[in-house]
Parts: sequence; C-alpha cells; structure tokens
Amino acid sequence: MDILNALVVFLNFVFIPAAAYGAQLALGALGVTLIYGILRFSNFAHGDTMAFGTALVILVTWGLQALGVGFGPLPTALIALPIGIALTSLMVLGTDRVVYRFYRRQKAAPIILVMASVGVMFVMNGLTRLVIGVDEIRFDDGERFIVTVRDFKAMTGLDEGLALRSTQALTLVVAFAVMIALFWFLNRTKSGKAMRAYSDNEDLALLSGIDPERVVRQVWIIAAALATIAGTLYGLDKSFKAFNYFQILLPIFAAAIVGGLGSPLGAIAGGFLVAFSEVAITYPWLKIAGYVAPWYEPGGLMQLLGTEYKFAVSFVILIVVLLFRPTGLFRGKSV
Amino acid sequence: MASNRQSTASASPWRAPVLFGILAILFVLEGTVRNDLFSGSWNTSLAILNMGLISAITALGVNMQWGYAGLFNVGVVGFLAMGALAPVLVSLPPVEGAWQAGGPRLILSLLAGLGVLALARLVWGRTRKGWAVALVLLAGFFLFRSLFDPAVLAIEGNNPARHGNIGGLGLPVLLSWLVGGVFAAAAAWAIGKVALGLRSDYLAIATLGIGEIIVAVMKNEDWLARGVKNITAIPRPVAYEVDLQQNPDFVAFAQGWGFSATEASGIWVKLSYMSLFLVVLLVLILLAELALKSPWGRMMRAIRDNETAARAMGKNVTRRHLQVFVLGSAVIGIAGAMMVTLDGLVAPTGYNPLRYTFLIWVMVIVGGSGNNWGAVLGSVLIWFLWIKAEVWGPAAIAALTGPLSDGPLKEHLLDSSPHMRFIAMGAVLLAVLRFAPRGLLPEK
Repeated sequence: MDILNALVVFLNFVFIPAAAYGAQLALGALGVTLIYGILRFSNFAHGDTMAFGTALVILVTWGLQALGVGFGPLPTALIALPIGIALTSLMVLGTDRVVYRFYRRQKAAPIILVMASVGVMFVMNGLTRLVIGVDEIRFDDGERFIVTVRDFKAMTGLDEGLALRSTQALTLVVAFAVMIALFWFLNRTKSGKAMRAYSDNEDLALLSGIDPERVVRQVWIIAAALATIAGTLYGLDKSFKAFNYFQILLPIFAAAIVGGLGSPLGAIAGGFLVAFSEVAITYPWLKIAGYVAPWYEPGGLMQLLGTEYKFAVSFVILIVVLLFRPTGLFRGKSV
Repeated sequence: MASNRQSTASASPWRAPVLFGILAILFVLEGTVRNDLFSGSWNTSLAILNMGLISAITALGVNMQWGYAGLFNVGVVGFLAMGALAPVLVSLPPVEGAWQAGGPRLILSLLAGLGVLALARLVWGRTRKGWAVALVLLAGFFLFRSLFDPAVLAIEGNNPARHGNIGGLGLPVLLSWLVGGVFAAAAAWAIGKVALGLRSDYLAIATLGIGEIIVAVMKNEDWLARGVKNITAIPRPVAYEVDLQQNPDFVAFAQGWGFSATEASGIWVKLSYMSLFLVVLLVLILLAELALKSPWGRMMRAIRDNETAARAMGKNVTRRHLQVFVLGSAVIGIAGAMMVTLDGLVAPTGYNPLRYTFLIWVMVIVGGSGNNWGAVLGSVLIWFLWIKAEVWGPAAIAALTGPLSDGPLKEHLLDSSPHMRFIAMGAVLLAVLRFAPRGLLPEK
C-alpha cells in the first residue's frame, strides 16, 4: 500500500508534470534544431517567437470566446491554434525576407546571424508586449481535470490523490501527434527528404536541383508552427507571461544541444532529459521517502536544489555535454 | 569567415570629434533648455551622463570580446551582477555577529566545493571513467551541502530584519571596483574554459545560461547580499548631498553660481561621480588602445579575421580567446561595481537581460565594433536615447494617434508606448548590422 502511495505521489508531482514540460521543451527544441540544421545558426529569437505566436493564439481565443464559440471540454485555444500558426508563419517568413536572407546570400559568419536573431528577438519581444502586455494571462477554458484528486481517492481508496489536468494530457497528445507528423514529413515526403539532404550537405543538395529558398521557407514555417504549438501548450499548462518565454530559451537550447544540434530525434530526447532532471532535482522527495522508507528521518525536505535554481539544472547538463560530448548524444552537426 | 573588418577607405578624421560634439550638445540642451523634448535640469542631464559612462565601460569590455576577438557574450548582465557583489562584500561595514555565526564554516564549505571540483577533474584525468567522476561529484555535493546549509542558516538568522547577510570588510569602496573586476573575471574564466574552442554559438548559449544563474544566485542567496531584500547604503566615494547643504561655505559657493543649495549639492555629487568615472574610463581606454596597437592586439585581430590562418601560424587560438574573454569580463565587472556604487543600492530584481545584456550590445554595434571610442560614443548616445524615449515615445505616439478617435485602441497604444523602446532598439540593431556594419566610428 505504501509503495502504491509513493508511486501515486511520484506520478502526480514528478512524472506527469515533467512529461508535459518535457513535451513542451521538445517541441521548442525541435524548432531550434531544425533551424540550426538548415540555416546553421542558433536562433535566439525562438523563445520570443513562441511568445509572439502564443499571444496571437490568445487574441484569437478571446475573439472566439466573445463570439460564443467554444470547443466543448477542450480549450478554445485549440481552434485558435491554426490561425495563430498561420499568422506566426507569415511574421517569421517576413523576418527571413527582411533580415536573414541578406546574410545568407552574403554567406556571413554564423555569429552574425546569431546577432541578427538577437535583433529580431528584441523586435518580437516588443511586439508581443505591445499586443498583449506584460501581465500574466490564463487562457485555459473547458474542462480543467480529467482525473481529480478526490475522484482518484474515492476510486482507489489510497491516501494520496492523483490529478491529471486536461492541459497536461492535451500537451502529451498534441506533442505526440506533432512529432509523428514531423517525422512522417521528414522521412516520407519529397520536401522532407530535400530538407534532410540540404541539412546533411548543402552543396550536394544544390547540385541535385533542390531549391534552397524553398527549403528555407519550409523550415521557417515548420519552426513557426512548432514554436506556436509549444508556446500555446506551455501557456495553457502554466500561464502566459512574456518574460517566461525568454527564460525558457536556456532549457530549450540545452535540450537541443544535449540531443545534438540538427538532430530532431535528439531534440525530443533532450527535451525530456532536461525536463525530468529539472523536476527531479528541484522536487522535495521527503513525502515519497516517507512511504518507501518510513524508518529514515532526514533533517530537511530532501530537495537537492531549490526551485528557483531550476535553470541551473539545464545549465549544468549543458556544461557536462559541452565538456564530454560537444556533438550531443545523437551526434548532431560536427563542432 | 575570412572577412577583414577594417575599412579600406579611412573615414574622415573629423568624424569622431563631430559626433562627440553633437553628443555634448544634446547633454547641454538637456541641462539648459526646458521644453517638451528636454528637461532643462542639470541634475537630470548629469544623471543620464553618469549612467551612460558606466554603460560605456561595460561596452568597452564587450567591445574587447567582440571587437578584438569576435566572441559573442550574451551574459553581460551576469558579469555586471558579479561585479555588483564586490562593493557589498568589500566596502560594507562588517555585520555584527555574522562572522561568528557561520563565517569560517561558510568559507570552509566554499573551499570544499572547489576542492571537490578539482578532485573530480583529477579523477577524470587519471581514470577517464565517467562513473567515478559522477561519484566524486555526488559525494562532494552532499559534503558541500552539509557544511554550507547550517552556515547559511546561522548567518541568515543573525538579525534578519536588518542584516542576515555575511557583511563586508569595511574597506574603501574604490578598492571594491577592482575586486568586482576580479569576481567577474573568475566567472568568465570558468565559463570560457568550458565553452571556448567549440563552435561559436556555444559560447553565446553558455553565457546566456551563466548570466541567468548569477542573477538567480543573487536573488536567492540572502547571506550574500540579502537577495531580493536589497542592500542599501553602499558607502560612497564622494560627498553626501545633506552634508553639502549644511556646509555654509558650499551654500555660499552655490549662490555665487546662482543655484539653490539643494540643486547645487546634487550637481556637485554627480560631477564628482562623473570625474571618477571619466578617470576609470580614460585609463581603461588608454590600456585597451595600447594593447590593441601592440603585437598582442595585431595577433588578436588576425585571429578574429582568419582563425585558420592564425592557427597555422602557431597561435593558440583557444587560449587567446580565453584571455581576451576574461579581460573583457573583468572590465564589465568593474562597471558592475561602479553602477552599484553610483546607485548606492543592490537590487537583484533590476538585473534584466534585455536592459543589461542586449542594450549594451546595441550600444557596441551602433558605436562601431572594434573601435573603443566608438563603443563609448554608442553607449552614451544610445543610453541618452533610451532614457529620453521614455518621454519622447508617448509624445510621438500621441502625435501619431492624434487623428484616431478616442477609444480602446488609442488608449492601448498610448499605454503600451514604453514597449516601443524594445522594437525601436531591435530595429536600430538590425539596421546598423545590415546597412552600416562598421557602426558610427569604424575600426581603424
């Protein structure tokens, strides 16, 4: 019984939140890694693209809610998502046309592109603040829980409850569907194959008649879609605050580098690795230890690091990878 | 990558003096003319200038890293924060009872932490076994926490309403500026050791991380600088306004110039700060220029312009990068200590990367990467515009939205005009990067 209780606490406070967070990070890291694979620079504007896309989704959600449109038990934001993706893609294609294309044609050093992405980040950040402000916004509606603590306790008779919020389940389902679709696109369609060919060897791809501008356009649209989905899921799960999306940039980069920049599979693995480490290291394990080993009485909460240092976890993972395996777990682009 | 950044046709020799002259006129206008655009107060003008000078020193550090070596440091805010710790630890008076409560134990725990890292490195060097290193680090982590946690509890429990921090050494505050540089240099060495020598993006990402973590440490480690409870009353290297106002000689002197004692005392204090900052700035520029013109500086620029060729000539590129990264960060740390001294306050919540990292970058790029005077010009100019945009932005939006009828849209636009600054700065950065990549004062 105690073991079951411990398991329930673990699922409730560690596994489910970490899985949802990991899925959000993985989607963000996929965007970063795809951009890196094709355009060969780390896009610092990705966090703010997420924020911008989410802000648009929120605006459309509000509009739909004002019209009385709902999605039953699911959040209205899901209906708004395609519109948000379309608008964000337009915005991102615009930045490519105005900013990045120039440096691409010049064959500028990657660091110049990184710097340009910082400029884009500034502009996007300002635009997001302009359209939606800096306050914290909650925009999840519909059914809040799939399983509530009380139902779970009544159902199982355990002392500990398990809550599964609908946003967490939704995150996992949507992320899984998006990843399947992405891998289908990359592996099965002609455009996807062209994209991978271009990522592997630019010159060879050009020689075989692949239109580079087309590949670049497609990768921006995919990155914008991934960013908007990741941002919306993150916002539904936690809440929307523009600055949080800037801060999430570090775990996303960590995830992409851990997996190996340019490797989509690595980005997903990296996202979950970073999320699970972050939650496991900042979670106070006292309660679980109380069930598993009731004779053991530690002095503190058995929390390795305070939650305020959760970014330190992704940073340490990043450092370890840079020290021992700079190409990442899945052998991304060479150093 | 092999692109030479120096201009082929040298710019007019009058360019720098003219631009600095325009800048000076802006500050004089701010000090003397009172209308919709300017405040007409010397206190405001000098306050902007002082902060501009500190930004200039920060930009000088960034310019060493970017302009001399092509290193992209995205953690400027962290190195500033590192420097900000120095006045707290060096120049504040000692806190009664704090050292007795847990000082030696705290030092011991920090030494133990460093020892564990050194041991892990040794174990890795000897055995090359990942699990052994992990074991050392894990055991070391618990050893560190078992020493560190009680010490922190004891120190933070010592008069928490007023202090609760370890306190300073009571040494002169000017000394802490140098210590701030040393602190930032130490952090830079650690991060540079890991991230340099890899792909250029990695340094950017790693510094982004260290910047956020240093600020998080400052916010949460109350024993260090009281965290978000802030530290006020950092000792000043210059006179206090109140003392000046009570000094009859000074009051008479002020009246001789036609100022009230209150106004004159403010101006006097700001002028004193300005002189100190100018001395530091000029000394740093002198050193930086001498270094740049020496064989070392030519080597740095050669590495920046063509790493492969420089490596083929037998230069150790990674070591030189580490060297210039540490030096540049030390300069940023000095600026961080100076900023805290000017404000008299350590408030970690104010360390926002948009303001302290990316705005500094705009300054460097606009001023002219690789040119120290350009960095100074860009900093003071951008800082002036950044501050004045607070006033000018709403005015501009009000003028633009004038034809609109009153309604929620107009109200929203007026309310969000402060955010326009970010868009404007981003646009300036992108425009300069594309159309005038050498900046206002190109590298010579």
